[in-house]
Amino acid sequence: MNPIVLAIVVLVVLGLAGGIILVLASKFMAVYEDPRIAQITECLAGANCGGCGYAGCADYAKAIVEGKAPTYKCAPGGDKTNDAINLIMGNDTDNRPSLRATVICNGGVNCGKRFDYQGIQTCAAAAAVAGGPSACAFGCLGLGDCTRACKFDAIHVVNGVAVVDRTKCTGCTACTVACPRHIIQMKPIASQPAVKCSSKDKGPVVNKACRVGCIACGLCVRNCPNEAIFLKDNVAVIDYTKCNGCGTCVSKCPKKAIQWVEGSPRPMDSAVPEHKVL
Amino acid sequence: MNPVATFATIFFSMILVNNYVLVQFLGICPFLGVSKKLDSSAGMGMAVIAVMVIATAVTFPLQILLLDAFDLGYLQTIVFILVIAVLVQLIEITLKKYIPALYQSLGVYLPLITTNCCVLGVTILAVQDYSAVVEQYGFGLAYAEALVCAAGAGVGFLVAMLLFCGVRQRVENANPPECFKGLPITLVSAAITSLSFMGFGGMVENIINAIF
Repeated sequence: MNPIVLAIVVLVVLGLAGGIILVLASKFMAVYEDPRIAQITECLAGANCGGCGYAGCADYAKAIVEGKAPTYKCAPGGDKTNDAINLIMGNDTDNRPSLRATVICNGGVNCGKRFDYQGIQTCAAAAAVAGGPSACAFGCLGLGDCTRACKFDAIHVVNGVAVVDRTKCTGCTACTVACPRHIIQMKPIASQPAVKCSSKDKGPVVNKACRVGCIACGLCVRNCPNEAIFLKDNVAVIDYTKCNGCGTCVSKCPKKAIQWVEGSPRPMDSAVPEHKVL
Repeated sequence: MNPVATFATIFFSMILVNNYVLVQFLGICPFLGVSKKLDSSAGMGMAVIAVMVIATAVTFPLQILLLDAFDLGYLQTIVFILVIAVLVQLIEITLKKYIPALYQSLGVYLPLITTNCCVLGVTILAVQDYSAVVEQYGFGLAYAEALVCAAGAGVGFLVAMLLFCGVRQRVENANPPECFKGLPITLVSAAITSLSFMGFGGMVENIINAIF
């Protein structure tokens, strides 16, 4: 036979055989996949940030369809994504306050140093060396692990302490995971102040280490008209379901450890502000 | 040499002396791309072992019994690529159906192997090295040796991936000069890892001969 014809015949036969095998395989070994999984994956932000707690957007979409996850967890996608998913799933709209990252430390240049750290310039490495270089064992190390973890350019180190740009933050929680000291927490979007100290040390110890640390004096607790503040582990904690944002605590705190991270004081008799909902 | 010794020599020399990645410089793309994390490099290594063995199991007889028989040796590359692509798809479909857990853990690496030059290299070199054995000892033994060679090559790939993953994690934590950061320092460390494998030259044959 003509070698050219033979070559063509051999290749065509091989290709055809391969094609038929694949068609048969996909027919007989097909796995049914809910079409909603692909639809929901389309709706999600696609950043694969992991803020929802799943391995990626596709993984989260699968969990939603299987009924294992609520629909509002995609923080970067926001309410638009949530509505779209609820449309696909046929749900009523969920209500949940939208959260933003808040650094629970105001130390930085206000906080002393125990030693001069010159090792690898990451918080994780610095925290591992003899309890960390900062005088406070709970405070921000200011080496920017959170800045590197943020995909949205929303957190930066200013004066030695991390500060969240709340207009850019999407609430994906990547920074809360990256922080070796676990001092980045989620706070609802509302005119409510935040305690900017995480130190579980007793007052005198905090006082020596930091100019703006919570010394657990309890002035805020006694003065809060709504009983929205309590002391836990030597640090003040605000209950955002009771706080009406009057700002008494901010003005009373002798160490200026309670601050406004967004919004401004509201009238004394105003109701608890409604948290912005996704 | 008795057959067990031959197989052992082939297997271990594929891992250490003729390591596809570190000595023969095939499959560098996944070697550099997927070696950042231990899980993913192990996953990629396992997938490559499976695909290499199965691909050689199909392409070797195809070459000897079909292409060489009809004098079509020049179609080797295109036929092998075709076969590997079909095989990878087939393995993916089968895994998805019967072993979904493994399918999940291999994830995207399985389809990536379709375009891995390492796999094509193993199949082509197996044909080159063992077609002489076919003439001398018959098809059966040559086929077995080719399969052992493919398995060794796969394990060698896994070993290279795991070793380099460890090296890389050290490099990540180091603080090289600005101009070396990222790919340049990775390439330099890959070169040094490869250099260390040059030390295995001629070692395996001697050890196996000493044992048997």
